Amino acid sequence: MTAYLLKRLAIAIATLVLASMVVFAVLEILPGDPARLMLGMNASADQVELLRNQMGLNAPLAWRYLHWTGGLLSLDFGRSYTYSVPVIDLVRERLAVSLPLALIALALSTLIAIPVGLFSASRRGRAGDTISMGAAQLGVAVPNFWFALMLIYVFAVWLRLVPAGGFPGWSAGVWPALKSLLLPALALALPQAAILARVTRSALIEVLNEDYIRTARAKGLPYRAVLWRHALRNAMIPVLTILGLQFAFLLAGTIIIENVFYLPGLGRLVFQAITQRDLIVVESVVMLLVAAVIAVNLLVDLSYAVVDPRLRSRQ
Amino acid sequence: MTLHIDISEETFGSILSKAFGNTAFVAGFVITLLILAMAVVSYAWTPYDVTKLVISDKTQAPSLAHWFGTDHFGRDILSMVMVGARNSIAVALVAVGIGMGVGVPLGAFAAARGGLVDEALMRLNDLVFAFPALLSAIMITAIFGPGAVNAIIAIGIFNIPVFARVARAGALAIWPREFILAARAAGKSSTQITIEHVLPNIATLLLVQGTIQFALGILAEAGLSYLGLGAQPPMPSWGRMLFDAQTRMVVAPWMAIFPGMAIVVAVLGLNLLGDGIADILDPKSRRQR
Repeated sequence: MTAYLLKRLAIAIATLVLASMVVFAVLEILPGDPARLMLGMNASADQVELLRNQMGLNAPLAWRYLHWTGGLLSLDFGRSYTYSVPVIDLVRERLAVSLPLALIALALSTLIAIPVGLFSASRRGRAGDTISMGAAQLGVAVPNFWFALMLIYVFAVWLRLVPAGGFPGWSAGVWPALKSLLLPALALALPQAAILARVTRSALIEVLNEDYIRTARAKGLPYRAVLWRHALRNAMIPVLTILGLQFAFLLAGTIIIENVFYLPGLGRLVFQAITQRDLIVVESVVMLLVAAVIAVNLLVDLSYAVVDPRLRSRQ
Repeated sequence: MTLHIDISEETFGSILSKAFGNTAFVAGFVITLLILAMAVVSYAWTPYDVTKLVISDKTQAPSLAHWFGTDHFGRDILSMVMVGARNSIAVALVAVGIGMGVGVPLGAFAAARGGLVDEALMRLNDLVFAFPALLSAIMITAIFGPGAVNAIIAIGIFNIPVFARVARAGALAIWPREFILAARAAGKSSTQITIEHVLPNIATLLLVQGTIQFALGILAEAGLSYLGLGAQPPMPSWGRMLFDAQTRMVVAPWMAIFPGMAIVVAVLGLNLLGDGIADILDPKSRRQR
């Protein structure tokens, strides 16, 4: 068990280091001089050169890489070229929008998907199963940003229940802030829920064919208890795997969804930073997202051991 | 010639009859064919010229003259949806080609070699999977400039590890089989065995994954175009049409409804087709349904 955990941890760290090299290398070849961008087209070559020196852009490549990664580790991400504020402040501010958004979406998707998967699996081949899996098949095909537009049309334009976009900030109160995250979270959650429901169903069906399920039924346990206590727990491994993978999709999905709803989140920040060539913001936020994906996948690996006691004793 | 070909020839007729009894396959096949036909027809004929702006006809609701209505430049939405299909199909299809062309040889090679080569390739896979695909696609198109070609590359790169993984897993299941042992005893090299025996046996697996990635490619292309990083105007694309529609939702909701439905129908068709093929050719998945 310990050996397994250590191996997963080592792979996660190695992946993170490699990823940081890739991000750094990619942004090195990106055209556009940040110093020139900050000073504008009228600045003289001398001024640009001076700023380049100040920003450390003329230092050797390896030194700049180490300086950058060292900064990341100590949470000193440098200053944004366009906003002229420390990147960490920007990230903290934007994370206050994106993190709740992603968590609400994840919660919504799980709350929809697990019951639908259970319902479908327990009624396999019957009308209820066919209808809910048909709906799931449709849900997988819906682009989340189009679903977002439709939600805006119905709930914001037509029924006027929620704002069509923008974010009042948490200082405006919890409810107004939550209200403006509701539609974006729903738009993010639907396609994820559809995928998760399908995975839950097929994992459950596989488990329901096992001998111990028949034993549990034979000893007189009601079907509901067998389904929730025995089958669902054993079906959790593929479900957890997909949940972990979906987290990465969710993070990337926020880029588009935050653009649809004009939410000042991390996704919108990184998208604007890419188009404005604000490299220091791009590399910090991308590394943050990659680290989050790797960390979540590691957590999923660890949670296997919690869910499945057999993995705990295995070497 | 070889054993696996005998098997597939023997069951070809029964596979065909099974295919036509499979609802998902038939529905998926018909929808996919319709979308493809729509794209092909658009080269020869569309109800209106999509490059011609008729400002006097702008944002008209759906009518007999314009089934899907018109956009803010007076262009016919139905014609634009038809022409947009070309772009979606081309981008997604070439991206699948890139993924298969590079990923399958990599995965098959890793499975044939095993050991360090396999480990290294799989860790490389982990690395690519650590980057949210859409985020990286946005970065790639932003670096090399927006456009259909760069969208293809951006989406194609992320298809590579997917196909590598599927090919490797499939190949690993084939290698311990007896007919591989027989081929080895006959003195064939591992490259020969991979080409003659392993690849034909994982072809259906790759076909199923291909339809899934095709569908995902259409979704990804729409996302990139929506952000303005895909095909550039005046070439119509479904994602771009949705972008144009967003600020006009109140006056012209049809501008958003129809291109979005085109995406849903195309992706649904491909997913159904993939599910159907998997169902028909894999008895295990059939039992579960």
